[in-house]
Amino acid sequence: MPLERIAQVSGSAVYVPGNDIDTDRIIPARFMKCVTFDGLGEYLFHDVRKNEEGIDRDHPLNDVRFSGASILITNANFGCGSSREHAPQALYRFGFRAVIAESFADIFFGNCTTLGMPCAVAAAGDVSALAAAVEETPAAPITIDVEGRRVSGAGLDFSVNIPPAAHDALISGQWDPIAELQEGNAAVADRISELGYLAQGQ
Amino acid sequence: MPTRKTMGQNLFEKVWDAHAVRSLTNGQTQLLIGTHLIHEVTSPQAFGMLRDLGLKVKYPSRTFATVDHIVPTDQRVEPFSDPLADAMIRELRKNTDEFGVTYFDLATGKQGIVHVVGPEQGITQPGTTIACGDSHTATHGAFGAIAFGIGTTQVRDVLATQTIALGKLKVRRINVEGALSPGVYAKDVIMHIIAKLGAKGGIGYAYEYGGSLLESFSMEERMTVCNMSIEGGARCGYVNPDDKTFEYLRGRPYSPDGVDWDNAVEGWRSIASDDDCNYDDIVNIRAEEIAPTVTWGVSPDQAFSINGILPDPGTAASEAERLSIDEALDYMQLEPGAAIKGTKVDVAFLGSCTNGRLSDFREVAKYIKGHKVAAGVMAIAVPGSQIVDVLARKEGLHEVFIEAGFEWRGAGCSMCLAMNPDKLVGDQLCASSSNRNFKGRQGSPSGRTVLMSPVMVAAAAVSGVISDAREVFQVEQAST
Repeated sequence: MPLERIAQVSGSAVYVPGNDIDTDRIIPARFMKCVTFDGLGEYLFHDVRKNEEGIDRDHPLNDVRFSGASILITNANFGCGSSREHAPQALYRFGFRAVIAESFADIFFGNCTTLGMPCAVAAAGDVSALAAAVEETPAAPITIDVEGRRVSGAGLDFSVNIPPAAHDALISGQWDPIAELQEGNAAVADRISELGYLAQGQ
Repeated sequence: MPTRKTMGQNLFEKVWDAHAVRSLTNGQTQLLIGTHLIHEVTSPQAFGMLRDLGLKVKYPSRTFATVDHIVPTDQRVEPFSDPLADAMIRELRKNTDEFGVTYFDLATGKQGIVHVVGPEQGITQPGTTIACGDSHTATHGAFGAIAFGIGTTQVRDVLATQTIALGKLKVRRINVEGALSPGVYAKDVIMHIIAKLGAKGGIGYAYEYGGSLLESFSMEERMTVCNMSIEGGARCGYVNPDDKTFEYLRGRPYSPDGVDWDNAVEGWRSIASDDDCNYDDIVNIRAEEIAPTVTWGVSPDQAFSINGILPDPGTAASEAERLSIDEALDYMQLEPGAAIKGTKVDVAFLGSCTNGRLSDFREVAKYIKGHKVAAGVMAIAVPGSQIVDVLARKEGLHEVFIEAGFEWRGAGCSMCLAMNPDKLVGDQLCASSSNRNFKGRQGSPSGRTVLMSPVMVAAAAVSGVISDAREVFQVEQAST
């Protein structure tokens, strides 16, 4: 069954500064004691958003000017560390639909794509300019043209990189690969019978 | 793209080609996953997705489960006092029962951290593809497997089809030549590599570790190196298989035997990188340059020699770097220009998928005899598996640790990520043999982690401060 084609994402944006923001920061491990992804949005960036008494700290996601933002802007190596899909799930359930960063960790990038949440790689200068523009006009609508690989809004317009596999999967509505993988079942069975270590015990 | 000058292939290319089923419409490859490992944290949602889609586990004999993240290391009897942890272990039991998956439960005597269990059962084999919903899956690359972490939706894909959609990685060869100085370990080697190449240096790459040092390493040392590939940004890291690999695997429960063994070894030998293969990048490191290494910040690449001086944000090369240093020193409560040696330690943690194997406990036991954990330090030694626990006890190692003032615990992930009762409190500082020094990683939002080798953890435990183990334990240095 074809999924929604994700050719563009529009909405207001928020800048969460920092390099090497890891998935423990995005969703601390203690909130992963669960058997579903429901409710993870509440704990997004918990330990940098709340103090130890549970009171809001000074953080962009606690700033009312950015409430309702659906595009996250950040710096390099976003989503590094643990492979936990709980991290993109928490972002998605909080309300984010796309991330713009200078670079992404590999596993995190794949996990986001599989949820239909585009990750766009932007030059450091473009990230700073966009962050400054969003700070100036928090409500400005920002558009990620996934298909054309451009970001526009708040008086800016620049190109981004979305690697070909993710790009094609998103715009064709095949970002969840399960249906296509299942079409390969017969070829998989053949390959298993060819590989000695897999043929045994089948 | 580098041009192909030769006919040889590296191990990554050979294993990839053997498991690449077909090309997908977006250009990715449908890659066959030979061996799938699962644990209680990242699998329950995947089984839920299978149920929602009305699917079965397609090849249940190729998935193996254990429980590690949430298991208390002191309370080994169910129900666990934490109802959430108890619900998770029950869910894993239900899922593995319902879908016919082999599960190394607590009662089997084979439970442990998934990356310790796979090798010790002989499930981890050269030339295979191994996936697990856990970023430290590269550990299995020590055997010449292509092993990597995946997300939960991909866990579903493997359960349903035994494949995932993946783009091919580039391969960076990292040569470490020479011999380590006394008191320097495999852990220092990988921390040195990460510090040199950066936490994002390996994005898009598989790391092939080689050179005379890696060849001289035991399988457990190779596992320590491969384990932390992801901390350098590389999803996958491996060492070419050799006689040591085969000897390690001989006679293990899931290793082939008889005629199958001889055939398997022949196949395993042939998948090692060819002498005339190409790499996308090559890095050369001298073993003699590597010192006992510790982290000083909140990213694994913020690491230096134990005798290093903390960086000054004022002299950073860029604004971004200045902010990173400033943020890290502030969080760690450390001063620019100071030494890290002498910083007070509250907790010493020995264990994890990086350093929770028998050889780690043996090595530390050599040094801590006759020493006592310093007053005010909580020190725990946590075997990586129930089998490591039994083997260590047979040698009396647990008594050496207990005599020195460590608590000897049951097998699990413990304080590496604190999804169980082992957690830092407040801004406690932990000398840790684990793999991540992220903010809050060890369970307290202001808890501080300093990563180091097991022997360095022991030195911190007995001296009460971050120390050079070579001084604390009077490790004799080779004359120069």
